[in-house]
Amino acid sequence: MKPIFMTYTKKDLINLAVCMVLSVLIIPTFIKTEYWYTSILIPWLCLALATIGQQIVMGYTGQLALGAAGFMAAGAFAMFNLILRVPDLGFVGSLIVSGLIAAAFGILFGLPSLKVRGIYLMVATLASQFFIIWMIDKFGWFKNYDSSGIITAQDIVILGKPLTTPLAMYFVCLAVTTILTLLAMNMARGSTGRNWMAVRDMDIAAESMGVSLLRTKVQAFAISAFYCGVAGALFAFCYLKSLEPVAFDIKLSFKILFMCILGGLGTINGAFIGAAFILLFPVLLNALGNNVFHGAIDATIISSIEQVIFGLLMIIFMIYEPLGMAKLWENLKQSMRSKLSSSDTKSLKSPVLKK
Amino acid sequence: MAYERKFKIGKPILEVNNISLAFGGVKAITDTSFNVLEHEVRAIIGPNGAGKSSMLNCINGIYKPQQGTVSFRGQVVPNITPNIMAQMGLSRTFQNLALFKRMSVLDNILVGRKLHTKTNFLEVALQLPKVKKEEELNRERSEEIISFLEIEDIKNTPVGKLPYGLQKKVELGRALATDSSIILLDEPMAGMNVEEKRDMCRFILKVNDELGTTMVLIEHDMGVVMDISDRVVVLDYGKVIGDGTPDEIMANQKVIDAYLGVEH
Repeated sequence: MKPIFMTYTKKDLINLAVCMVLSVLIIPTFIKTEYWYTSILIPWLCLALATIGQQIVMGYTGQLALGAAGFMAAGAFAMFNLILRVPDLGFVGSLIVSGLIAAAFGILFGLPSLKVRGIYLMVATLASQFFIIWMIDKFGWFKNYDSSGIITAQDIVILGKPLTTPLAMYFVCLAVTTILTLLAMNMARGSTGRNWMAVRDMDIAAESMGVSLLRTKVQAFAISAFYCGVAGALFAFCYLKSLEPVAFDIKLSFKILFMCILGGLGTINGAFIGAAFILLFPVLLNALGNNVFHGAIDATIISSIEQVIFGLLMIIFMIYEPLGMAKLWENLKQSMRSKLSSSDTKSLKSPVLKK
Repeated sequence: MAYERKFKIGKPILEVNNISLAFGGVKAITDTSFNVLEHEVRAIIGPNGAGKSSMLNCINGIYKPQQGTVSFRGQVVPNITPNIMAQMGLSRTFQNLALFKRMSVLDNILVGRKLHTKTNFLEVALQLPKVKKEEELNRERSEEIISFLEIEDIKNTPVGKLPYGLQKKVELGRALATDSSIILLDEPMAGMNVEEKRDMCRFILKVNDELGTTMVLIEHDMGVVMDISDRVVVLDYGKVIGDGTPDEIMANQKVIDAYLGVEH
């Protein structure tokens, strides 16, 4: 299919239009409960954005990195300090600079990827997770010498107007996520993404074609950290409305890793699917516990069951569908389409497609 | 060969001077020198373990030889890396296929256009007009290569799903996409049937003939080697035991001994 606008095909533009109508018109008209915005939609958008960051470095460039939450913390605290100390920058400016500061950390902690790979790289990148959190805790300046441990996030002010309602916050997250997702798609489909994937699939061959491993890997880490940093700032300012290093612990990094793997490595839409699944699944289990078993099952047991099911799903996906839920969705669409017009699609496929 | 060549064989484009390579105590290549002339088809042959692939890896900068130098167009290349050689105009294929398995045929070949891609990630993210123009040019060239190799019908298939012979073709296509002046082919016909081999020979000769690309190939099929190459260098136990035209090589007693075995 030929792209019509930028790298987007007709199908993409239709999908985009559907998503936009859904998220800009339908959701705000029909969902009035604050709970949906504050506890589901806003964290979903923030975490999906962070998952795109994880996708870039892990799904596209094939570098096993663990420490997305560290970069999120860097972004969040950078945002706090920028609004505090450089108020002239404005919200959007601060958000971009926060992302850039996180990207600087990404470059620093991406450097080990030149020497180590696989599980060893994962351990090396864990350093970012612990170092950034330690640094924020250790030096009071980052928290503006606040002794309470939890700092209240400043209000988001756009064009002189403070935004406080959940709906406004939702729109801020939606706008940022949409723009960054579209940019990520452009990169992933263009020459940048090809370089990433070439490094992922066969680094020696990539180098022999003139792809610099140093540049490509460091670039992927930087862009990934930028996405995580922006996501972290939104996460703190729109969702948590407070800043504490503990919120960005290793558990969050793992969560983002799971979202990335379950959603489907090397896909952008997988980031959204994975994030939705991991966020909604506990909600679903809780609802099930309350409504079907009428509270007969203890909440702690439910949260344990949740862990067990996540673990199982990870194993099942790793074995049967390493490309995750995005691929399942694709397969489903494919089979629906071929059922609708069974003879047409078969003749279009070239014979070598079969294994 | 009786026909008139469009690109006359010229000066040495690549010279290998006294290269020695050892892995620990195992000597893979010992004090080897030979050259490759511009626009020629040069074959490197030799029994298994003779150091042929190691030789290519030294030329391309994947291995660092303990001794010796590689010169490109008469100049010694000081710090050889695969990247530097690619920039100088040397491309290659690999013995055990080094394709980007999860990417489509077209994308694999497009990666070969990397050095003709000057836009950075920010420009790509924003899809500036010049990105679009460059991408279109690269795609055009890639499509040309795809139709030249007669693999149009599989261009959107992930490479990992293709049979071996086709993957070899795609790898040649990726090397061609770089528009390099010299291409190293590491066993381009290994594991192919007679028909596929004939196809591959045709492509190699056609590229050499039409684009003037210098070809250096490692091959085991003697018939093929003697047919398509202008000159042959024979390695055995990491040393050059013969260097010359196919006819000279076939008459060389040392080569015959190395291949047929000889009582000592």
